[in-house]
Amino acid sequence: MKHVDWTAMTVFLLFFALVTVMGFLASRWRRADDAQHLHEWGLGGRSFGTWITWFLLGGDLYTAYTFIAVPAAVYGTGAAGFFAVPYTIIAYPLVFLFLPRLWSVSRVHGYVTPADFVRGRYGSRGLSVAVALTGILATMPYVALQLVGIQAVLDVLGVGGTGNWFLQDLPLFVAFGVLAAYTYSSGLRAPALIAFVKDALVYIVILVAVIYIPMRLGGYGHIFDAAAHKFTPDPATGKSPGSLVTGPTGQWAYATLAFGSALALFMYPHSVTGVLAAKSRNTVRRNMAILPTYSLMLGLLALLGFMAIAAGVGKGEKKFNAQLAVPQLFADMFPSWFTGVAFAAIGVGALVPAAIMSIAAANLFTRNVYKEFLKPDATPADETRVAKIASLLVKVGALAFVLVMDKQAAINMQLLGGVWILQTAVALVAGLFTRWFHRWALLAGWAVGMVYGTWRAYGVASPATKHFGGSAAKIPVIGEIGYIGLTGFVLNVLVAVVLTLVLRALKAPEGTDETSRADYSAEAGDEAVKQAPQPTLAH
Amino acid sequence: MSSQSPSAGALPAVSPARVLAGLCLLVPIVVVLWVPSYAKTEPRLGGMPFFYWYQLLWVPLSAVFTTSAYLLLRRDEAARKAAAAAGTVAVPAQQDGGEQS
Repeated sequence: MKHVDWTAMTVFLLFFALVTVMGFLASRWRRADDAQHLHEWGLGGRSFGTWITWFLLGGDLYTAYTFIAVPAAVYGTGAAGFFAVPYTIIAYPLVFLFLPRLWSVSRVHGYVTPADFVRGRYGSRGLSVAVALTGILATMPYVALQLVGIQAVLDVLGVGGTGNWFLQDLPLFVAFGVLAAYTYSSGLRAPALIAFVKDALVYIVILVAVIYIPMRLGGYGHIFDAAAHKFTPDPATGKSPGSLVTGPTGQWAYATLAFGSALALFMYPHSVTGVLAAKSRNTVRRNMAILPTYSLMLGLLALLGFMAIAAGVGKGEKKFNAQLAVPQLFADMFPSWFTGVAFAAIGVGALVPAAIMSIAAANLFTRNVYKEFLKPDATPADETRVAKIASLLVKVGALAFVLVMDKQAAINMQLLGGVWILQTAVALVAGLFTRWFHRWALLAGWAVGMVYGTWRAYGVASPATKHFGGSAAKIPVIGEIGYIGLTGFVLNVLVAVVLTLVLRALKAPEGTDETSRADYSAEAGDEAVKQAPQPTLAH
Repeated sequence: MSSQSPSAGALPAVSPARVLAGLCLLVPIVVVLWVPSYAKTEPRLGGMPFFYWYQLLWVPLSAVFTTSAYLLLRRDEAARKAAAAAGTVAVPAQQDGGEQS
């Protein structure tokens, strides 16, 4: 058992206490008069301007798990782990095309979730609930992984790890209990306010890390030499754990993972929640231009994986957990007090996305399952009450996930979640531009993509796990290794196109479309937006 | 970019500003998806292999392209609004890139 670093621990706890107080005070921040409406609790009153949205989305998309997993992948496999950088480069120009349209139509019709939009556009409860359930399913393991992020930090701090199961996980219980309480009382305002602290901490820590650590390790040249050495194939077996630059066989995987993940990013309910909370269409657009600041941080962070190699983190330990590479690097390199700051950045970095994700999943459940199927005459106050309870259940579920099933299961599920959420992109993105696709064809395409993705991912083994070990497999026809989610997406589109042609020829009922052309370009201040229904009273 | 030439009635769906904005968005996507163009170690920059610094460089560059697309579209939208308001032939007013609201 490691000894506990009390200086680091104290700093860590101080920051934790600070954000807890902020979380509870957030319910009074920018409060509107109709606090009973779901758009107040679940979308912060749709009132966030450019900078708050920037902090909120940055805090939301760049999660604690990302901070652990991306450098861990670079530490373990080299170049292949760096795909997160092209992924976040592609994401913003890509979604720039359709997110403003989603914002506009959602504002005019009071949609709170992506499934609300699908419901309104296609008049299909089946398609809407498919989108909603996919979103919930993909979000749950993602929340669970935020816990894994906190766990990694606590491990290195010396708490947790060994001992009986209750004591071992007690800090996690406390952290999540606190998180659940202020999300319940403050809604989306809590993570929005805490995101300021989180992002400030993250920027400081990463900037210090990428300057200070290379100085101690003898410069970037030396760091990359050490990495090149690690990834030099073993002369006896010809095998290497990774490579410094993607090899000819890895390039399809690199590009398809980047593209597929970029497209999937804004299909996640928590990303959509962050976007819909913006107060205007141009707020959304401006954010697509300024969010890359976070991507730059992520890229620099990825390099920490190489620094961990150069610093000899985990060297000689047979079963070293790569997830601990960066926390361990911080602990080895920084003075204790700054290690505390760095760990606080990761810990608080877990709370912000976990809160937004649970709110997003709760919104989906409330709007697209509860109100749609269980209690169609629910009042706005009912909706808010149900959403608050659902947000608690999501967190309890995530906690159970991590405690009962093992960590590896959460990681596998999250990879699978990415494959799944991408399958909702056809209905959502195509729907923002055209009503050509038939709702039943979209549902069939979604089902084919889900089944294909799950089946292929099941067949991927890795050293850590027999099934669901990764998300790349051979692409049929092309024959290269590529991202399963993207292959599933292509199949999904093909099925949707073919069936739409068939169904149109058969004149199958198309469902009603409650949106009109102008809704997709409405901006705050327009007549249509001023007359928009109270968000939760829509339908 | 100079202002669009006045056309009859509302502006066409495909205006030069929109095409240019689309291209601005396409450039960073194509550049980073073209993996073979940068999968090499040389030339290094401060000890960092090409593969890494080139991709890091494209993070701010992509932001520049996205910002350009935003400014182009905002001007285009203002022009469309003006054209719709006038209801007849309208020469879009030059908007400069000041922050609104």
